[in-house]
Amino acid sequence: MKKLLRQLKEGILDNNPTLVQLLGMCPTLATTTSVKNAVGMGLAATAVLIFSNLFVSLLRKFIPKQVRIAAYIVIISGFVTMVELLMKAFLFSLYESLGIFIPLIVVNCIILARAEAFASKNKPLPSAIDGLAMGLGFTFALLLVATVREIIGNGSFLGVSLFGDGYAPALLLVMPAGAFLTLGFVIAAVQKIRNVKEDQARVEKLSVVEAKEAKKEETV
Amino acid sequence: MSFTDILLLMFGAILVENFIFAKFYGCCPFLGVSDKPDTALGMGMAVTFVMTLSGAATWAVYHFLLEPFGLEYLKTVAFILVIAALVQFIEMFLRKFIPALYASLGIYLPLITTNCAVLSAALLAIQNEYSFIAAVSFGFASALGFTLAIVVFAGVRGKMEFSEPPRAFQGFPITLIAAGLLAMAFAGFAGIKL
Repeated sequence: MKKLLRQLKEGILDNNPTLVQLLGMCPTLATTTSVKNAVGMGLAATAVLIFSNLFVSLLRKFIPKQVRIAAYIVIISGFVTMVELLMKAFLFSLYESLGIFIPLIVVNCIILARAEAFASKNKPLPSAIDGLAMGLGFTFALLLVATVREIIGNGSFLGVSLFGDGYAPALLLVMPAGAFLTLGFVIAAVQKIRNVKEDQARVEKLSVVEAKEAKKEETV
Repeated sequence: MSFTDILLLMFGAILVENFIFAKFYGCCPFLGVSDKPDTALGMGMAVTFVMTLSGAATWAVYHFLLEPFGLEYLKTVAFILVIAALVQFIEMFLRKFIPALYASLGIYLPLITTNCAVLSAALLAIQNEYSFIAAVSFGFASALGFTLAIVVFAGVRGKMEFSEPPRAFQGFPITLIAAGLLAMAFAGFAGIKL
């Protein structure tokens, strides 16, 4: 249980696939015009990640090393097709608004990266959990970017108008240029937090060393 | 489809609906391999090569293999396999017969399988019901748009090396913001109706 929580924290915060590892930029930029699209995209990718990690891990002893990337791509594209058909059947409006980005989950680098770096070396259960953690991390990052873009660029959240009719939305943010700018600022904020943490750790380390030295001097 | 239509289609794919700045297809290599103009041009040429050929191959696979058997829903699986096989084949062919070209494009080829620009050009050509000629020209023109974007951006990044942004913005964030500014410039083309 503890291990599970650690893996989830790793995927969502410390080692977030989008904000820290900087993978999967295309969907992060393209589907974050509204919160609804972003969450739909995130969850679709999460579903694919869980099952592709699970099956890559189950088949890890049978896949020959030389053709492993091709084999992973076949596994991933199979699950993407399933997700695509399920969304077409049950979530048609979301399917329409995400459009070509659903089949493009196949070439999302996060999924291939997790298959190669984690699922091909670990047991099925941890691999599936890793898929869940990374998927949620991806969803979280998309949600963050989409929240900024939808509130400022459209004056709404989840389609509900926030500021009334008097608000003139900054359309730039829902335009393609806004995607790059918003993601740039979000990642800068993440780097700022990490920098502050790093500095604190360094200061603490220094103070420990200093205290030791002071003690040494006292004894001398 | 007349010749003018093809030309307009290509013009639209290069500038108005630029793969990077308007559609976000292929952003990973765009942000990853754009630090030097030489490598950016190499990547762009490799992508152009693959996308033109894959445009032809996937069109043929869809219309002669998937459609007659009612297997359209398998197009994602089929296309990614065709692209992966094609990239592998091109790599072997170039290494054997045109070593000079292989030396300049070789290292970029394996990366192209997972470049979403290639798959999306193939899928869009089917979605828009292009003819064979239109599908190939669309693949070629979209790849030219990609090359234009990545080479221009490599020039911008070269200038950025001499600037010193705040620590939090160093590296990836400032790169994204520069891309955003370039995207604004490309948004100017969006007004053109073809």
